[in-house]
Amino acid sequence: MPQEHRQILKYVDQPGYTPDIECYLRHSGYEALKKAITLPPKTQADGKTTTGPEQIRQEVMISGLRGRGGAGFPCGLKWSFVDRKSGKPIHLICNADESEPGTFKDKQIIYKDPHQMLEGMIIACYANDAHLAYIYIRGEFVEGAKILARALREARAKNFLGRNILGSGYDLEIHIHRGAGAYICGEETGLIESLEGRRAYPRIKPPYFPAVLGLYLCPTIVNNVETLCAVKHITAMGGAEYAKLGTPNNTGTRIVSISGHVKRPGYYEIEVGKVTIGELIHDPCFGGGLRDGRKLKAIIPGGSSAKIFKAGEKFKLKGNSLLGREAEKEVELLDLPYDFDSIIEAGSMSGSGALIVMDDSTDMVEALSNIAEFYAHESCGQCTPCREGSLWMAKALHRLTHGGGRSTDADYLLRIADNIPGGRTICAFGEACAWPVQSFVGKFKDEFIAKGAADEERRMKPAASPQC
Amino acid sequence: MLTETMSTAATIETKPQPPPAEKIKVKVDGKEVAVPKTTPDPVTGKPLPTSMIQACAAANVIVPHYCYHPKLPVAGSCRMCLVEFGTPAIGPDRKPIVNPDGTTKISRALRPVIACATPVSPGMEIYTNTPAVRLMREGVLEFLLINHPLDCPICDQAGECKLQEYSVDYGNSESRFVEAKVHKPKRVELGPRIVLDDERCILCSRCIRFTRDVAGDDALGFVNRGSHSTLTAYPGRAFDNNYTLNTVDICPVGALTSKDFRFRMRVWFLKETRSLCTSCATGCNIVIGSREDAIYRYEPRENDAVNSCWMCDHGRLNYKWIGREDRLVEVRKREAEGRGQASGSRSAAPTWSAVLGEISQKLKAAEPGSIAIVASARQTNEELHLLAKLAKRLGALTDSVPRIAAGDKLLLNADRNPNSTGARLTGIAADPMGSNLPAIAGGIRSGRIKTLIVFGEDATKCGIDADLLDKLELLIASDILPNATTRRAHYLLPGCAHAEKRGTFTNTKGRVQKFLKAVEPRGDARPEWEYLHELLVNVTSRDGIASIEGVFNEMAKEVPAFSGLTWATLGDTGISAKI
Repeated sequence: MPQEHRQILKYVDQPGYTPDIECYLRHSGYEALKKAITLPPKTQADGKTTTGPEQIRQEVMISGLRGRGGAGFPCGLKWSFVDRKSGKPIHLICNADESEPGTFKDKQIIYKDPHQMLEGMIIACYANDAHLAYIYIRGEFVEGAKILARALREARAKNFLGRNILGSGYDLEIHIHRGAGAYICGEETGLIESLEGRRAYPRIKPPYFPAVLGLYLCPTIVNNVETLCAVKHITAMGGAEYAKLGTPNNTGTRIVSISGHVKRPGYYEIEVGKVTIGELIHDPCFGGGLRDGRKLKAIIPGGSSAKIFKAGEKFKLKGNSLLGREAEKEVELLDLPYDFDSIIEAGSMSGSGALIVMDDSTDMVEALSNIAEFYAHESCGQCTPCREGSLWMAKALHRLTHGGGRSTDADYLLRIADNIPGGRTICAFGEACAWPVQSFVGKFKDEFIAKGAADEERRMKPAASPQC
Repeated sequence: MLTETMSTAATIETKPQPPPAEKIKVKVDGKEVAVPKTTPDPVTGKPLPTSMIQACAAANVIVPHYCYHPKLPVAGSCRMCLVEFGTPAIGPDRKPIVNPDGTTKISRALRPVIACATPVSPGMEIYTNTPAVRLMREGVLEFLLINHPLDCPICDQAGECKLQEYSVDYGNSESRFVEAKVHKPKRVELGPRIVLDDERCILCSRCIRFTRDVAGDDALGFVNRGSHSTLTAYPGRAFDNNYTLNTVDICPVGALTSKDFRFRMRVWFLKETRSLCTSCATGCNIVIGSREDAIYRYEPRENDAVNSCWMCDHGRLNYKWIGREDRLVEVRKREAEGRGQASGSRSAAPTWSAVLGEISQKLKAAEPGSIAIVASARQTNEELHLLAKLAKRLGALTDSVPRIAAGDKLLLNADRNPNSTGARLTGIAADPMGSNLPAIAGGIRSGRIKTLIVFGEDATKCGIDADLLDKLELLIASDILPNATTRRAHYLLPGCAHAEKRGTFTNTKGRVQKFLKAVEPRGDARPEWEYLHELLVNVTSRDGIASIEGVFNEMAKEVPAFSGLTWATLGDTGISAKI
C-alpha cells in the first residue's frame, strides 16, 4: 500500500503544533543545528582533515538530495560549484517565492513550521561559510512574512542566529525580503536582481552563474524552502541514511501538491519514486480518485509549465540502471513512478511537485488559454522570443476561446511556440511558456482544430436576416 | 624609470601597449582566426574574456544583432545573435579526440548560444550561418516585427534601420500575425532634444546602458512587463544630459529620434563627409550629413583615440551658424578716410586679386614692429602656420584668443577652441594664450602698432576696444560672421566654415586630425589657407604649392611637433603628435 512518508511535514497539521519556537524545541527542534555546529574536524582515510562544514557538504552530496524548486539539480553539486577562493563573502538565499501555478508546498512549511526551514537554512549557511543570508518570500505571503519575521526574532533570542551562534564563534544574519508579485522573481538570477533592487530581469549565464557572480556579484547559493528543510534532516540522520529514502538518484521525500479534479486535493509528502502517478490520483491516502462519473483526461505532473500527459499515454522507460542495462519497459501513465528521472524520461518534468489533474469535463483549449494568459502576464519582457511569443500565443488562444478561431490555429500556435524554447531565451521562462502550448496542442490537436473549425463554420453561415 | 614612462605616456595619445595578449585559435564558419584571450571592457577597461561576436568580427563575419554594441556593456536580450558552436571532443584520457583524417573531433553543442556574451575557448568552432541559426534569426525577427508599427514611410530611421536591413535578410514578405498589436505611447518628449515612439522600440536597452554606463546619468529605464514593457525617463525628470543625442545614433530602430533632425531630410539623400567637431578642444570625429550644400546633421564617427563612438549634444547641434543668412560672403574694402563713419565710402565690388595685391603691398611697406596679428585657435594648423610665417616675416606681435567654459568628465573640454594646441605648436599663440593681447592693445594705444590683422575673432571682445581699432591705419579682418571688428575693417576677407574646406586640427591631447569639405563656401568666401598662402607668396616673393596637401606637408617639415607627418598618412582618424 502506498503511503505518505511525512518527514518534513511530520508535525505539521498535528493538533497543538504551533509555529512558535517553544513548540519547535519541544519537538527536538534545532537539535540538528546543535549537531552540525559542534561537528569536530575529522581525519579521513587519506590523512586529510575535513572541517565540520565540509563534512555537512559531504553528507548532502552523499544524500543525493535534488533541488525541490523545479529543476531538480543535485544540491550537493550546486554547493560544490561555489567559488570559495574569490575572497568575496558567500551569500545564501532561501527561495520562498513559490509561484508556479499548482504549487502550495512551501507555504505549508513557512506558515506552519517556519523554524524547520530556518534550522535547515542556518545549517546550510554554516556548511557554506555564509554569514549573510536572505529569505526572498513572495509578496502574496503577507502572513508568511510576518510568521518568518517572528521566527527570526525567536531564533535570535535563543542565539540560534546572530553573533557567536551557540558559542561556536559562527555569526549569521538572515533578512527577509518580500517580493512584489512577479513570477519571474522565482528564477534565481531574477530573484538576485530583484533583491539588489532592480527589475527582476534574469541574468545571462555566462557570465553570471550565481555560484560565482551572484548577489552583489559575490558567490551565492539559492535553495528552495523544501530543499533547505531536507538539509536539516540530512544533517540529523546522515546522508547515507537519507539516501535510503526514495529510489536511487531520486532520494528522500518530497511534498506533492495535488490539485484539480480529485476528491482530496492537497499536499502529500512521499518518498520520491515510491508512489506512482496513478496512486497519487486514485489512492484514498492521496487524491482519492476523480469525482464520481468522471474519467481522467490529462495531468500536468510538475506545475503549469510542465508538459502535459494525456490519459492512457504509454512511455518507454529504460528502467533502473543499477543492475546494468535493463530492457526498455513500457509504462502506462498511471504506473509512472512520481520521481525526477522517470517523468523526464517520459517527456515532462516533476518540476515543483505540483500534480494538476484534469478530468473529461475539461476543455483543453480553455485550460491552455488560462495557462498562456498567466505566462504572457508574467513574462519579464527582457528577451525577445519569450516577451513577444508569450503574448502572441495568449492572444491567439483568447481568440480561439472567444469565437474567433481558425482551423489552422493549432499549427499557428505550434509554430509560434517552437520559436521560443531550447536556449533561445535567457532563462527557463521560455520553456515554461512554450512547453504547455507545444504539449497541449501536440497531444490534443483534434480539439484545437475542431474548435477553430466550428468558429469558421459559424462565421460562414449567412447572418440571420434582419427583422422588419 | 618611472618618470620616463610617465612622460612617454603623457606625450602620446594612446595608452601604453599592454604586453602581447595570449591568443586563442577558433574557427568561424570554417575560417580559422586567432583572437586575444581577453578584450578590454568598453566602459571599465577591465579585461573580459573575448566573446564569440568579437571573434566573428575578427574573421570578418558579422553576426546580426540589436542589443549588442561594441562600446556598451552586454545585455544579451535581443537574441538575434544566437549561433551554434562546437568544442573539441575530450576523450576518457582527457585529451582531444582525433578524427581518422587527423583533424580534431568537434562535439556540437546541443543548444544555441548568444554570440555577444559567450566567451571563446581554444579550438572552438562557431557556426553563424547554419539552417538552424537562420531559422532562429527568422523567429526573432518575426517576434520583433509583430508589434512593430511598420510605419517606415513616415519613420526617420528608414534607410538606416536594423529592422529594415535584417527584414531583407530574414523576414517574410507577409505577416502571419492576425492578432491586434500592442499599443504604447507615441511621440513622447523624453527630453528637450529627444522624441520617443514606444511602439517602434524593440527594447534592446542600448539607450539605457549608454546613459547609465557611459554618460553616467541613470535616467532611462523600462516600466511594465512582458510585451507591454515601455521605455521611459525617470518620472517627472527630463532626459537632459549633454549626451542624450547619442541614444538616437545607437537606437537600432526609429524609437528615439532627434528633435533637431526629425522630418527634415530622408537619410538616403544625405552626403556623408568625414569631419571634426569644432566646439571644443577634444576634436570629436564626426560625419557631416549634407544635401545640396545645406548641412542637416552631425553624427559622431568612431575614433577610439578620441571620442569612441560618441559626441556631446552641444557640439552636435552647433552647426546652424554655417547656414546663417548674415554670413560674410563678399570681399570688402573701406577707404581709410571713411573710418569711423557709418556710411563709410566703399569702392565698388573689390575683387580677391585686387584686394590681396593691395594688402600685400601695404604689408611689405609697413615698418617692422608696427604690425600685430590676432589669430584664432579655431583656425586650422595650416592656416595658423601660414600666419605664423607671415608674422615672422613682418616681425609682427601675435597671439590668439583663449575660449574657456565649463567642461565635463567625458568629452566636452573646458577649452572651447578646437585648435589651441595647433596655435601653440605653430607659435602663433603666446604662452599662456592671450597674454600678448594687452601688449597689442597697448601698442595700438601708444601708436606703435599701426596695422592689425584679425582672423576669426572679434578684437573688441578681447581687450582691443572699438576706439583702439579706429586708431589703426590698417585693419584687416578675416571672418565668417559679422562682428564689431569686421564692421571696422578696411579689408574684409570672407572665410570658410570648416565644413566648407579641408584642413587639420590638433586636439588637446596632440592628435592631428584632418577634416574634409562637405559643402561649397558661400558667395565669394574662400578657405583662409588659400589666401594666406597667396599673401605669403606675395610678401615673401617665394613660390609654394597651393594645395592643402602641399601646405600641410611643408608645415610638417617646419614645425618640430609635426615632423614626419604627411597629409596622406593622417588617415581618417589622425595621428598623435609629440606635443
